[in-house]
Parts: sequence; structure tokens; C-alpha cells
Amino acid sequence: MTLPRYVARRLVVLVPTLFFVSLLIFSLQQLLPGDAAVALAGEEHDPVAVAAIRQKYHLDRPVPIQYAIWMGRVLRGDFGESMRNKIPVSQLLAAKLPVTVELAVCSMAIALLIGIPAGIIAAVKQGRPVAVAANVLALSGLSVPHFWLGIMLILLFAVHLGWLPASGYVSPWEDLRRNLATIALPSFVLGTGVGGIMMRHTRGAMVETLGADYVRTARAKSVRERMVVLKHALRNALIPVVTLGAIEFGRLLSGAVLTEQIFAIPGFGKMLVDGVFNRDYAVVQGVVLVSAGLYVLLNLAGDVLAFLVNPRLRGSA
Amino acid sequence: MRSTRILTAFLVLALLEAGVASAQTVLRIGLNDDPDALDPTISRAYVGRLVFAAFCDKLFDVTPDLKIVPQLATGYEWGAGGRSVVIRLRPGVKFHDGEPFNAEAVRFNIERHLSTPGSFRKSEIGEIKTVDIVNDLTVRFNLAEPLVPLIAALTDRSGMMVSPKAARELGDKFGTRPVCAGPFKFVERVAQGKIVGERFAEYWDKANIHVDRIEFVPITDSTARLANLRSGDLQMIERVSPTDLAQVRADGKLKVVGIAELGYQMLPLNLNNGPRGKVLGADPRIRQAIDLAIDRETIIKTVFNNEYLPGNQFVSPVSPFYNAKLPVKRRDVARARQLLREAGHPNLAFTLIVPPERDRQEAALVIQAMLAEAGITMTIQTQENVTMLSAGRKGDFEAYFTFWSGRPDPDGNIFAFTTCSGGQNDSKYCNQDVDAILTKARHEADPAERKKLYDQTTEIMLRDLPRLILWHRRVFTGLNGKVQGFTPHPDGIIRFKGLKLS
Repeated sequence: MTLPRYVARRLVVLVPTLFFVSLLIFSLQQLLPGDAAVALAGEEHDPVAVAAIRQKYHLDRPVPIQYAIWMGRVLRGDFGESMRNKIPVSQLLAAKLPVTVELAVCSMAIALLIGIPAGIIAAVKQGRPVAVAANVLALSGLSVPHFWLGIMLILLFAVHLGWLPASGYVSPWEDLRRNLATIALPSFVLGTGVGGIMMRHTRGAMVETLGADYVRTARAKSVRERMVVLKHALRNALIPVVTLGAIEFGRLLSGAVLTEQIFAIPGFGKMLVDGVFNRDYAVVQGVVLVSAGLYVLLNLAGDVLAFLVNPRLRGSA
Repeated sequence: MRSTRILTAFLVLALLEAGVASAQTVLRIGLNDDPDALDPTISRAYVGRLVFAAFCDKLFDVTPDLKIVPQLATGYEWGAGGRSVVIRLRPGVKFHDGEPFNAEAVRFNIERHLSTPGSFRKSEIGEIKTVDIVNDLTVRFNLAEPLVPLIAALTDRSGMMVSPKAARELGDKFGTRPVCAGPFKFVERVAQGKIVGERFAEYWDKANIHVDRIEFVPITDSTARLANLRSGDLQMIERVSPTDLAQVRADGKLKVVGIAELGYQMLPLNLNNGPRGKVLGADPRIRQAIDLAIDRETIIKTVFNNEYLPGNQFVSPVSPFYNAKLPVKRRDVARARQLLREAGHPNLAFTLIVPPERDRQEAALVIQAMLAEAGITMTIQTQENVTMLSAGRKGDFEAYFTFWSGRPDPDGNIFAFTTCSGGQNDSKYCNQDVDAILTKARHEADPAERKKLYDQTTEIMLRDLPRLILWHRRVFTGLNGKVQGFTPHPDGIIRFKGLKLS
């Protein structure tokens, strides 16, 4: 199958996938105990006002009808409005998507910068102190809780040294330097976590390819070790890492709740969690739908990349 | 040569602009949550009131000792029989869009509060039937029933005045772009990110506003919020947790100011709201026994580092309406056991619903241990806040653990909770005498007479105990040492008048 046909087939599958996701999230939300109108009223609960909220957001209608109303609007490009702050969900998504994408890209860059070199070193220098150090680095990235690392970094860089702002987010169009300063710590926290995963997989794949026959042949032909590792082994070892990278990137794009919470970054994760706690259905549905769409697209991008990296896949897709 | 000159001129201009920009004073305030819609008519969340203080002035305000003072109004007079009130308005006030503030605007705002579907203000000022324009700067509210607490309601969101022109244009989207007559003009809101305002050049009291720009930043994690205050990224944080106070106090660059809140923490008990009201609703002696078995002071010492005030009434011990003859009783386990025996329930067992939040969870554990000593088995059931509140409305509870943020007038702390058809009466307690006394207190303009009526109510409440009031928090505001001129108010709302950054 050719690549364009493969991509087209995957894109067609996207539509029922998103439909199923929307149905699932809608049903799951109905299982949440507690009344959305009561959640919205907070400590005030004038029954007349609560009833008016219920009517305005169709919460008094049967669930399938609520879903049909919502779906009908989504098909016309209207995601509804946040029940809590009255801002249209599409506007919220448009404001938060660039933030989330920037955080995900920066975190991924840090993850790749740490994960791949550390993985290669750990595989090539197996058993040596430098490999042990790379392993320890990866494992600590994986096992240190994000909220703890986040707070520690804030205390060090913002409170004691005063080099970076403690939290918040400034858009790059407003002030690029401050934007980079605000995004540095959260990207590092997220990047080290993903970097650990990337390192473990790179290491595993590298150990396997370095033991393969063609690598031994290359070495027998006196190809320089640097070339053997970087050209012959790494290129093949990267295939599973690329797929994994796409999945991890998709995960980052669906929002990093704790990190966003600690660094007060207004991204998808924070919006989703606040949405669930406030029973702000339209917001939750909007975020989940967009995240799911991005996730599927990124998976597809990962497959296409693997396709390009590995010529052998071209005949089998 | 010419181009060099032009370039130099540009550079000088740019430097001047940079100089002006850096001279701007920016006050950044950390909030505990992200506020809801910034529309006074439909706003519900407490945290929104902190933001409104920057954007929307009210007809009246309260002082730290809860005296009502004029803000956009200049004074008021009750009409005959308390069925009308005449309010005089401040001249020369403008809304942020340049529209004049006058009697017509007041009428528009009151009618908007009363007629908007989903308005949470209707229950506060619903007694207003019509608004007459006496002249451009005088209005008369005609009431269906006398309502003395009305003026106190006008010190909060019911008294906030929005620009009629903007409200008509924006419709139900007004909350995304509020246009009022407060010291700061709304600039932008990034949901979950920040809310920004800039000083309103035509503010009626501009001589007292010394900050150029204001930013509200919601940071839900208390450790992160405190770190921001310590690093200087935030200059103020609201509602500092008692467990963080030691850290703030130990930091020489920070200050912390506390004041007793208007509200209270309480356990509403189900007396008559469905079948689950049978246990605690059976006999007031059961509830008295629970009350006597709880040692409020110990809870406050062990869980809240002794920073809060023990309480038993719907106003705090520092309020002029507190009934000093009925202070918090000493714990008496023997008497509690005796009351249970008399009521025929020596082995009382009930369930308390508690939200998964540190303060209330820990306090509930202490209460559980205290009740066990009196032979009462209290099971703690954890339910997320919204689920718990819904269970409360439906009567699916025996007791739950909640709070009320409090109102400056005592009526706002009791009427809706204990009158037979009160909107917040989840206990479904009903006592015609209490209804009559509380309604009379709404009609009574003389504070001394009102005090007597509320004293009477407290006496009945402490006998019937439809809910156990446990303590009053103190509202702590954390400040960077640069912030000057801050006066705490019991409502926890930050006033910007006189506030300076050195």
C-alpha cells in the first residue's frame, strides 16, 4: 500500500474514533455523582436560580437528548460555552492549545536531548560507570514525582536564586524572553519524566541492534565505531523510539495536570481538571475531543515517520 | 546624517517608553481558585468577589468593624414602615466606557438582578418590587415587605453597578468583559491564567488609588502560591492556610495579616429531610449530646495551630450580634452520655459526609474520636464537594461538613438556613416561632431591638441544634513587605483604596 492511501485510510478511521470518544466521555460524565447545577451554584443555592441554570444548559432533558443537542452544535463548529465563566469553549481551546503545544514541544525537546544520548551511552558503554550514571539519571527522571521536583525547582531558581519566575505564563508574542523564562522549569520537569522513558527504550533497542549480524559485519569491515553506532545501529533502533515518542508527545498534548497546577500554566490539563470538578460538561467534552483528535493524528504522524525511517515497512503497511 | 538623527530620536523615544513602562506599579495577587463569570448578577464563587473589588464599585461598602458606609451612594433613608428606601447617589461618577452613573443606571441594574434568568441576586433583594427615579441622583426602592438587611446586601454583588450600555450590548456574555465603575478597568482574562486590570483614569476616587495595574493569578496549590509570594512574583496572596503561617512569619520580607471571618464551619444535621432524618431528628437531646461531646478548642489547637476561633452561633464571638450569655459550652462527656440515655439512644451511630479536603478530613477524625468517648459511633464517609452538596439538597445524609462564607448582616447567616422554606435549609428544620422572630428582625431598623431578636433565635438554635456551628476561621492575607496601606476586612476582600507598593 502506498503512503498516501495508508494515511487516507487512517484519517477516515479518525471520524468514528472521535464519535466513539465523545459518546464515551458524555456517558462517563453522567456517571459522576452530583448535580451540575448545584456545582455551579456553589455555596449559593437559591432553588429558582438553580432551576434556571438547569433549563439554560438543558440539564433537565434526558441524557440522549442532551448528547444530540451538543453533537448537533459541535457539527456546526460550536462547542458551547463554559457554564462556569461563560467563555465559549472554542475560545478557551484556541487560547490554551498554543500554550499546551509549546509546553509539549519544549518538554519533548528536553526529553529527546536527555533520553536519546543517554540511551546510546548506556547501550554502548554497558557496565561502565558512565552507563550506570545514565541509567540512574533516567530512573530518577521517571521516579521523582513531578509536583515535588516542580516545587524544589521553584524554591531553588525562583525563591533562592531569583533567576526565573516562580510560575505563570507569558505568551511569546507578548515577550519572548519572559515566555522562555516561564516555560523553562515546567518543560524541564515534564521533559525529564519523558526523557527517562525515551532513554530506557533507546537503550533497549540499541542493545538489540548492536548485537545484530549486520552490525557485526559493519565492524568486521572496519567501519569506524562512531559510524557503526550512529548510522547503522541508531537508525534501526530509532523505529520503536519514534513510535513511542509520538505516543508520549500525544500524552503531553492532552495536558500535564500536576505540572500545570504547580506552575500556574493555563493549559489543557488544568482546564480539564477544573472542568471535571465544576461539572463544566461542555469544557470537558471540548478538551477531550480535541486531545483525542490530536492523539490520533500524532499516532498517525509517528507511523508515517517510522514508515520514512524504515524502508522495509513500505511494503507492509 | 538625517537618518542618524531619526534613529537617535527613535532610540530616545524607545528608552522613554521603557522608562515609563518600568515605572508602572503592578500588583499581582494570588487567588486560591479561578473565579466564575465576572458578572455580579450570576456570580456565585467567593473568589470572584475578590476580583470584583477591583472592577466594580458598589452602592455601599462595609468597614473592618462592619459599619455600612456609602461608596457609589452618598446616603440612604428608610421610608414610612420600612416599605421603601431612598438612596442618594454620588455625582460625577462614570463607568469604564464613559457612560454616566445615575438613577437610571441604578434602576437598570436592580431590574437586571431581578429579571435575569439564573440570577443569584434575586434571593438577596427580591423584596424590591419597583425602582422610582426621584431625580437624576436619587432613587427610591419600593419593597413588598420591609427588609432592613437590604442595605447590607447592597454592600456586595447586589449593590454592584454595571454599565447599562455594555450590559445591553454584551447580553449574557457580560461576564467575559465586565464594564463597571470601579478603580480598575478590565483588560483581559486568560481562563485559569490571569485576570488583568489597569487603573481607571476617570475613577471618582482616583486620588486614593496608587497602583497602575493589577493582575489576579489563580494558583490552586498552596505551596506553589507561597513560593510565588516568597520569590516576589506575587505581592499578595489571599486565604493563607494556617499550616503555612509559620513559614510566612519566619520570612523577614513577608507579612501576614489576619481577621476573624464573617462565616462559620458547620455540620448541618438531617432533622426532617426524608427517611435519613430519623436518626438525628428523633430527639433534640441526641443533638445536644453530640454538641457536648465535641471539644472545639482542642480541634482548633490540634488541627489549626490555634489560629481559628471556636464558635457555636451564626455570628462569630467578635460580632456585635453574638449572644455573649451563651458562649461555647465546655465539653462534658458524662452529660452527653446521660442525654443519650434519656433520649433512648445510648449507642447512637450516624454517618458524617466529609469532602476530600485536608482541613475538614482531619477535623472529622478528631470529632470521631471525641464522640467515641461518649459512646457515639460516627462513620466518616468521604464524598467530593459537589456530590456532598447534592446529597444535602436531596436529604441523602445524616450529617455533612460544610461552611458558609458569611454576610455582614446577621440575617444573611441565618434566615435561609433555618426558616421553614429557607433555600439553604437542608436539615428541613421548621419552627414557626423562629420564622416569626427572624421575619420581625428583617423589619426592625433599631440595632438594639434586632440584637434582642437574634439573641432569642440563638437561644432556640442552641436548644434545637439543627446544625452544629463549630468554628470561625480567621482570614489571613500574605503580603510582600513592599505592600503598604493594607487593612484587612472580615469578608476577606481586598480593598484597593490607599494600597501602595513601595
